[in-house]
Amino acid sequence: MRTWFPYPLLSLTLLVMWLLLNQSLAPGSILIGLVLGMVLGWVTLKLHPARSHLHRIGRAARFALEVIADIIRSNIAVASIILRADRVPAIAGFLTVDLDLEDENALALLACIMTATPGTAWLEYDRRRKTLLFHVLDLQNEEVWRATIKRYEAALKEIFHD
Amino acid sequence: MSHLTDLPTWAAFAVCGLLLFGAATTLIGSLGLLRLSNFYERLHAPTIATSGGTILICLASMLCFAVLQSRWIFHELLIVFFVTVTTPVTLALLGQAALYRDRFEEQNGVPRKHKPDSEKSTD
Repeated sequence: MRTWFPYPLLSLTLLVMWLLLNQSLAPGSILIGLVLGMVLGWVTLKLHPARSHLHRIGRAARFALEVIADIIRSNIAVASIILRADRVPAIAGFLTVDLDLEDENALALLACIMTATPGTAWLEYDRRRKTLLFHVLDLQNEEVWRATIKRYEAALKEIFHD
Repeated sequence: MSHLTDLPTWAAFAVCGLLLFGAATTLIGSLGLLRLSNFYERLHAPTIATSGGTILICLASMLCFAVLQSRWIFHELLIVFFVTVTTPVTLALLGQAALYRDRFEEQNGVPRKHKPDSEKSTD
């Protein structure tokens, strides 16, 4: 199985993407999707991406729901800040957080989450000191933001641990 | 687009609401580019369009065509997925470019780069 599909999750994602693009579940589409997943899996093998293993799918699903709730909340928060911007200037600022995530894919996912929740912008990750510098639009309470990032970190660590 | 009139009333309301909210969110994001005062603050404005705006408009599209063709339609999720995955790259690049410039010009209020000890001694 490993020789045919070196990256099972990638191949599965490609298959799902192919089926979604074609909008069909016909055997022909599934076959082409499988071949596509297999060939691109081999190509990816040459690129040597960082391997990580997903654990605890239930925890991941719960985390996804948490993130969706955060996205909705922060969208509303940032929209109201922008609409009030000429009366109440935004209190923005930089924050630094120590991260204990080793896994590159977990870090990439954290970057995606932080970008998808408006109000936090990923600026710089120092690989040597393992600190993340990010910018927050609504810096009313530093600790709340630190706690949010720590919460994401803990969840990602649980999901991606080796 | 005359077949849009086939849309039942409840679906039309839902699609309309989602579209208007999505468009409003995107507009607010663009407005933020005008209103916020410095570059780092303006960095947050487009993300509201790429997350909230995209998701709402894609939901509207999914609902509209799913009801019209009376089958489940999910391929808009790919748009959401790819926008979510690619935005951080641009954003981090812009942010780092700004950070680099401000550090180089020694602007106030920008966090310094931490120099490793070996570099510090040679300074």
